[in-house]
Amino acid sequence: MVAQPRAEAAQAGWREFIIEALIRVLGFSTIGFVLLIFLFLLREGVPTFYEVSPSNLFGTHWYPTFDLFGTLPLLLGSALVTVTAILIALPLGVATAVFVREVAPDWAREVLKPLIEVLAGIPSVVLGFFGMHVIAPLIRETLGVPTGLTVFTGGLLLAYMALPTIISVAEDALDAVPKSFRDAGLAMGATQWQTIWRVVVPAARSGITTAVLLGMGRAIGETMAVMMVTGNAARMPFTLDSLFRPARTMTATIAAEMGEVAQGSTHYHALFGIAIILFLLTFLINLVAASTIFKKQRRGGLR
Amino acid sequence: MSRYWVQRLGFALLGLTALAVVVPMLLVIGTIVVEGMGAISWEFITAMPSDGMKEGGIFPALVGTLLLTLGTALVAIPIGVGGTIYLAEYARDTWVSRCIRLAIINLAGIPSIVYGLFGLGMFVLFLKMGTSILAGALTLAIMTLPVIISTAEEALRAVPTEFRTVSASLGGTRWQGIRYIILPQALPGIITGVILGLLRAAGETAPILFTVAAFFLPRLPQSPFDQTMALPYHLYVISTQVPGMPLRIQYGTALVLLALVLSMNLAATVIRSYFRRRRQW
Repeated sequence: MVAQPRAEAAQAGWREFIIEALIRVLGFSTIGFVLLIFLFLLREGVPTFYEVSPSNLFGTHWYPTFDLFGTLPLLLGSALVTVTAILIALPLGVATAVFVREVAPDWAREVLKPLIEVLAGIPSVVLGFFGMHVIAPLIRETLGVPTGLTVFTGGLLLAYMALPTIISVAEDALDAVPKSFRDAGLAMGATQWQTIWRVVVPAARSGITTAVLLGMGRAIGETMAVMMVTGNAARMPFTLDSLFRPARTMTATIAAEMGEVAQGSTHYHALFGIAIILFLLTFLINLVAASTIFKKQRRGGLR
Repeated sequence: MSRYWVQRLGFALLGLTALAVVVPMLLVIGTIVVEGMGAISWEFITAMPSDGMKEGGIFPALVGTLLLTLGTALVAIPIGVGGTIYLAEYARDTWVSRCIRLAIINLAGIPSIVYGLFGLGMFVLFLKMGTSILAGALTLAIMTLPVIISTAEEALRAVPTEFRTVSASLGGTRWQGIRYIILPQALPGIITGVILGLLRAAGETAPILFTVAAFFLPRLPQSPFDQTMALPYHLYVISTQVPGMPLRIQYGTALVLLALVLSMNLAATVIRSYFRRRRQW
């Protein structure tokens, strides 16, 4: 190697040192962002908890104009819409993942995978718009309910928004099941169908659970589409027909009301309080989902 | 033999569920294209809205979205690529790198409306940027980071270890190896990740609701500290907040937004498959 003049080499070394330090900082920045987000939510949201009495906060009425900040109907609204979405998306998603990974001929896979990616890219406001103009009227007419803007409409849209996540993660999980598992099943005289459902899918169980959890996280946090099609009535969904009545989710409440509140008012703090709940909820879901991912990496044996 | 019939029936059913996933999506796109085509004209794209948005075009909203996306790119690309390089090339598998991964997974899972409130609390109010393109772009940039990092990391990790070994054996430092060998090889994957992240930013509404979006502002923003209209928010406004809005304009706006996002999606797919085929390792 040609000897570099010492000064030049030292300069290059310094530049490199600075670049590497910068990269390190950028690497850690994501942790910083999560902390910053939580910090600012706390800063604006924590006052709720001493401005509003607990019995009010966990009450059943959300009427901010009358100082009623009962978050229960919003929590239940979110829960009901999310559960509906998952009940639709779970069978559809797992079956599609199995089809794409295990059954479909190559050409079908080549068509399906990019299409599912396209579905993931459709903006939620566009889906909400479509839901308002096409699905809601359809539901109103076929079911004869007073309005098509219902929990079910929202759940249906959310299911399709969660599907790309569920399908791709479940597919990865199926992909991680070693070929020897399938061979063993077939060698025992089982049909491919039997092998899929009794060997491959059970072996991929933890990955499929992760898929559903991540899909659920997406569904809880979805805002625009849900706000546009669930009707936004903050009522307790206790009756049997609640599925086909309007409801209001936490996300929609924030999106609909934040624009009109005075900064620093109790209502303003309460909306940030809801955001804290949402943050913690999705954090928890992702933590559980991630722990199954990490466990799989550590064990490593299943591959 | 009957179990083979079970299998046939089962496979057919699985195929049908796959169709049940894809067909409604094609219906959404098809409906919006068919209903929206009629509204699309040169004037619709390049004119200011007029008569309470019931006439004219969507020019300021389109420009606003493009500017926001550009701003997001300026912030998110350096942070995202730097973070990716750290994760893929420097970080060892310790509790620290696990924390970073966990942070990325959580950033990906935080609801978009929560990003909106964070942006409002930190950029708009605390840092006193006001509702501005700057505040919106910063908020969107943080939201797109996990998408960029996870896609780009895959691209960096796909570059064979030998490349690093050879670079080091020729006397290259670690950074030189990354700068001249790894990054150029992984570039298509990184670009794909960036586009996927940006298309999310371009289509999102909730994070910009309180950080940048203007209800009606028939002029172009003059600086990063201005508010602006944006396509997704504009679609939300004209389909829910303005009574008597002609359906044609609503569908037209939806079509422009959809076309913008889908073309970005297409670009990402094409880049990825083109380079995957050309790759020699």
